[in-house]
Parts: sequence; structure tokens; C-alpha cells
Amino acid sequence: MSGFARHRKSRLVIANFSGFEADLLRSLASQLVELLRNERAVPATETDPLEAMLDFSGPTEEPEDPVLARLFPTAYPDDPESAGDFRRFTESALRDGKADAAITVIDVLEDAGLPPELTEEGLVFDVELDEPTAETWLRSFTDIRLALATRLEVEEGDEEYWETLPDDDPRGQAHDIYLWMGYLQETLVDALSH
Amino acid sequence: MGHVSTASPVEVDPTATPEQDDITLLATPWVTIVWNDPVNLMSYVTYVFTKYFGYEKKKAEKLMLEVHHDGKSVVSAGSREEMERDVQAMHEYGLWATMEKQ
Repeated sequence: MSGFARHRKSRLVIANFSGFEADLLRSLASQLVELLRNERAVPATETDPLEAMLDFSGPTEEPEDPVLARLFPTAYPDDPESAGDFRRFTESALRDGKADAAITVIDVLEDAGLPPELTEEGLVFDVELDEPTAETWLRSFTDIRLALATRLEVEEGDEEYWETLPDDDPRGQAHDIYLWMGYLQETLVDALSH
Repeated sequence: MGHVSTASPVEVDPTATPEQDDITLLATPWVTIVWNDPVNLMSYVTYVFTKYFGYEKKKAEKLMLEVHHDGKSVVSAGSREEMERDVQAMHEYGLWATMEKQ
């Protein structure tokens, strides 16, 4: 894996994934979808489309889960009433947008050659993204990295701490995946900026 | 002509212009603030500022460095409605944004 690069002629943003890497990314994206869909602040009820259109009863309280609290920050820190209104009118749409973006990542990986169950060893394939899809991936990578970092309690300037963890420490392994996602995202920003 | 129409339904108030200026000022004292976080890449934050706000790379980098070094930066100003749109957009991009009255 050498990250994303912009193809000169087609302008597509392309990266080469091993089956293992693609499977890992799919698993992270799926977990994000699950978190966004399951931890609903307002229970989803079956309604007819018109009723759903007219339903403005979004959540007004900051989510309890720290990952969700980071993904949906409080817009008015000193004004609980305005903060609640803002949340009610934006959080549902933000949740749907982030879930849809993660699903796009999964769909593209599967269309590019990732089987539903990874069994084949040595599988390698290219992922080719047009500009809007690459933008969607970029945003979803941010959400996944925010989720990982919040769970790991990553802080500014804590690189040394992570290096001191033994190789078999699961937190260290999760942090390696976080760094890998950061590397991927850096190459994706770079490809989109050129 | 010196003739004042008594039937005119619209009265033009000579002080209307300054009043409108006051209204404009009152309607735009809100700002969007982006806060530093240990996760978002400097290149990504710059990218978001150029892409969403349409800022030149130089300005986007200056704002990004303010976020990085000072912990926060005012990235846009305008009406309350405009700032709510900007804050929502920043949340779409995963940036930690809040708004306040200046």
C-alpha cells in the first residue's frame, strides 16, 4: 500500500489495497455505521414518508457516547437552549450523512473486488475514485479517525507513550491502525489538492 | 416642483438608509470558531477551509496555523443563520466548530 495518488490522464484518485487492508477498512466503516444507526438519541419509529418529512423532533441533548459527542459537537457552548435547537435541526441530517459516507466506502471497496468474506490470500486490487467519491472517502476517514482517537484517548504530543507499549498490547495495535488511517488520509488530501 | 402628493401610499423616510445600515450591522455580529483537536491533519484542515469557504491557500493555511498554535480561530463571520450553516458544514467535515456573538 503506497496510499492514494491522482492519475494524470483520468484524474481519478487511485490506491492499491491488499485484501487484508480493504477488509480492515470495511470493518471500521461498518462499525461507524452501526454506532451512528444504533445509538439514536430519538427512537426511530415506522412512519409514512409525509409524517417523516414533518417530524422535526431531533435530539436536543449532547450524546452520551464520547465518540458521538465529538462527531456532533455542541454549537453554542454558553447557550443550552440555542444548542438544543441547533442539535434538533442538524444532528439527524449529520448522522445520516456520515453513515451514508461510510456506506459509500464499503460499497466502493466491494465493487472494486473485496468479497463479502475475505478468504483468498494474496488478494490485491485497485480502488479508483472520482472527485466527489474521493471527497466522501476523505470525510469518512476523518470520522473513523475521530472515532478511533476518542476511544483510544489520543492526545496532542502523546506519540512517545504509544511507542512504549508492547507489540501485543491491543491498544497499541489499534493505535497503529489509527496511524495507518492517518497516513492514508494524508495521501488522499494530497491527491485531491493536486 | 414643490407639490406634495397627498395620495402617495409610500412615505419615503429620509433616515431609512442609516437605519438599514444599523440593521445590517445588527444582523452580522456572529462568528464561527474552529477549535484545535489532536486528530485532524493540518493538510486536511487547510483543505476544508479552501474547499468550503473558497479561501486562497495562503489564508486557509494562516487560519489552520491559528487553530493549531492558538487552539482556535475565527474562520467566518456573518448573520446567525449563515454561521449556523457554516458550523453544520464544519461538523460534516469532522472539524470541532462552535459559534458565538462577537
